[in-house]
Amino acid sequence: AEVEETLKRIQSHKGVIGTMVVNAEGIPIRTTLDNSTTVQYAGLLHQLTMKARSTVRDIDPQNDLTFLRIRSKKHEIMVAPGNVAFHLVFKASSP
Amino acid sequence: MEIVYVYVKRRSEFGKQCNFSDRQAELNINILPNPELAEQFVERNPVDTGTQCSTSMSEHEANTERFEMETRGVNHVEGGWPKDVNPLELEQTIRFRKKVEKDENYINAIMQLGSIMEHCIKQNNAIDIYQEYFDDEDAMEVTEEAPSAKTINVFRDPQEIKRSATHLSWHPDGNRKLAVSYSCLNFQRAPEGMSHESYIWDLENPNKPETVLKPSSPLVTLEYNPKDSHVLLGGCYNGQLACWDTRKGSLVAELSTIEFSHRDPVYGTIWLQSKTGTECFSASTDGQVMWWDIRKMSEPTEVVILDIARKEQLENALGAISLEFESTLPTKFMVGTEQGIVISCNRKAKTSAEKIVCTFSGHHGPIYALQRNPFYPKNFLTVGDWTARIWSEDSRESSIMWTKYHMAYLTDGAWSPVRPAVFFTTKMDGTLDIWDFVFKQCDPALSLKVCDEALFCLRVQDNGCFIACGSQLGTTTLLEVSNGLCTLQRNEKNTASSIFERETRREKILEARHREMRLKEKGKVEGKDDDLREEEPTFNLEELVTKAEHEFFDIIYSELRKKETEAMKNKTKP
Repeated sequence: AEVEETLKRIQSHKGVIGTMVVNAEGIPIRTTLDNSTTVQYAGLLHQLTMKARSTVRDIDPQNDLTFLRIRSKKHEIMVAPGNVAFHLVFKASSP
Repeated sequence: MEIVYVYVKRRSEFGKQCNFSDRQAELNINILPNPELAEQFVERNPVDTGTQCSTSMSEHEANTERFEMETRGVNHVEGGWPKDVNPLELEQTIRFRKKVEKDENYINAIMQLGSIMEHCIKQNNAIDIYQEYFDDEDAMEVTEEAPSAKTINVFRDPQEIKRSATHLSWHPDGNRKLAVSYSCLNFQRAPEGMSHESYIWDLENPNKPETVLKPSSPLVTLEYNPKDSHVLLGGCYNGQLACWDTRKGSLVAELSTIEFSHRDPVYGTIWLQSKTGTECFSASTDGQVMWWDIRKMSEPTEVVILDIARKEQLENALGAISLEFESTLPTKFMVGTEQGIVISCNRKAKTSAEKIVCTFSGHHGPIYALQRNPFYPKNFLTVGDWTARIWSEDSRESSIMWTKYHMAYLTDGAWSPVRPAVFFTTKMDGTLDIWDFVFKQCDPALSLKVCDEALFCLRVQDNGCFIACGSQLGTTTLLEVSNGLCTLQRNEKNTASSIFERETRREKILEARHREMRLKEKGKVEGKDDDLREEEPTFNLEELVTKAEHEFFDIIYSELRKKETEAMKNKTKP
């Protein structure tokens, strides 16, 4: 219930195009986008987050990845990695 | 100090086996310390030396073996569902999802991640964190750094039988691609089985060419159409002209007919500025310059024979090696010939004889490159034999500026499109020279050895930063030039134009002098008066020189005398 609320609140922010929650195996649990896009993003970003996290850990073993932002010409993808699931928000980037 | 030790050996003992034996040490020479030598040294106290308390390291560059990579994407289709869930069945997936959502860990994780996420989203919405703050500020003044250039990429000919890269052309928009034509220019020495292909390389991918162009005969020149970036024009070794459309594939789209084409390899092709964007012209060593419209390649629209006697005789015509056309002067064009003469022609002349306007001779060998200065079109650069020369259209007898005679043959040259005083030349020993005559006139500002084999062609990109040069073994090297050589210096345009004007004036004065001298020789009766007039100024010159010498020595002697009297005074005082 609180989970729902949190997700709804995030989705309602200005500029947010879509939200996605993906579990550790890469299965999208909850998403506001269509299935094919979701699966594509889940797969690709899961790998990227793992790589980024291992890089941060390699540089300093006591450090850990807290947040990952990918800014492109058209949108910004924000990934909050966790151990169980990771949370992905898809935003329109400011011109 | 030589130390000599003399020993005696009998002739009968030469070649005898050596018998080694032990003996006491013998003092041969004893050099004692000479304290007088110490007076020649001055002890310095204290002494300043720098030391560093850190580990000493050295830097090394190593070139690894070529590693071929290919980029491929991954298409994700379906996630990693556990074994008992069938991803196609909607009910099972929904049930699985609901189960995960009930997990406590999951709930905690989401709450936490949610708050982090919200924080960042709010950040994004509050300010644009990637805003450019100092856009309005002008670019900083160029720092005085030494000119340098570095190799960015090397494109090797993937064929086994290596051919030379004879011509390069940058893609007109964006400069992300480079078209290179390959052929073997040694007369009849093209090895059997040599491929005729030429390539278009994408700068990001040096391993494999992006597009392959397949003509029937190797291409000597290749040019992109500046108006339509899909169309390329190539001049073949057998004299034909071929046209490609990259959208249609790698085979020739249009080919000129053999009967009406050139009879020798086509060495120069340039696109013309026309409304249709389909006109071009070509030049070859058979002495003809032909104009074509690529829509109808069966015969040229116009032919000009380069006979400087203006009699249209093909036998007397000079072979053309390079062609020049500047779109700001659309009626004029210039041809550089094998005989070392530059012919300036007018396209709009009524009769063919009037087409040839004037000639400039000065090179001893074929003129491999000919280009007008993009800022001052009246001045043009020619590269041939062992020098590069700069000419002005006004002075026809000789070039206004020239480089010294190099050790290796110069093969190609080009002006920099951003700086009026900078030009590049390539040589047969594989060096690329960058000349900046506002900075230094006698030597190139930068001389780089690009490769061990000869460099055949050179092309500067429109922004002046990147240079591509092609070598004899088909290797195309992409270089980036330092900032100082590709940004316009303040006052450079004025300086360059004043240099050109000054040199032109000097040449004109010399020309006038030569003419005078020739007239004088013709009329020797008036010779005496002229001689007298000539001797006066020289006589004055000698007098002035001796006068100056005397004055100089007088000053020196007076100074010496002053010093001596002072020394004497100092001695007598104490």
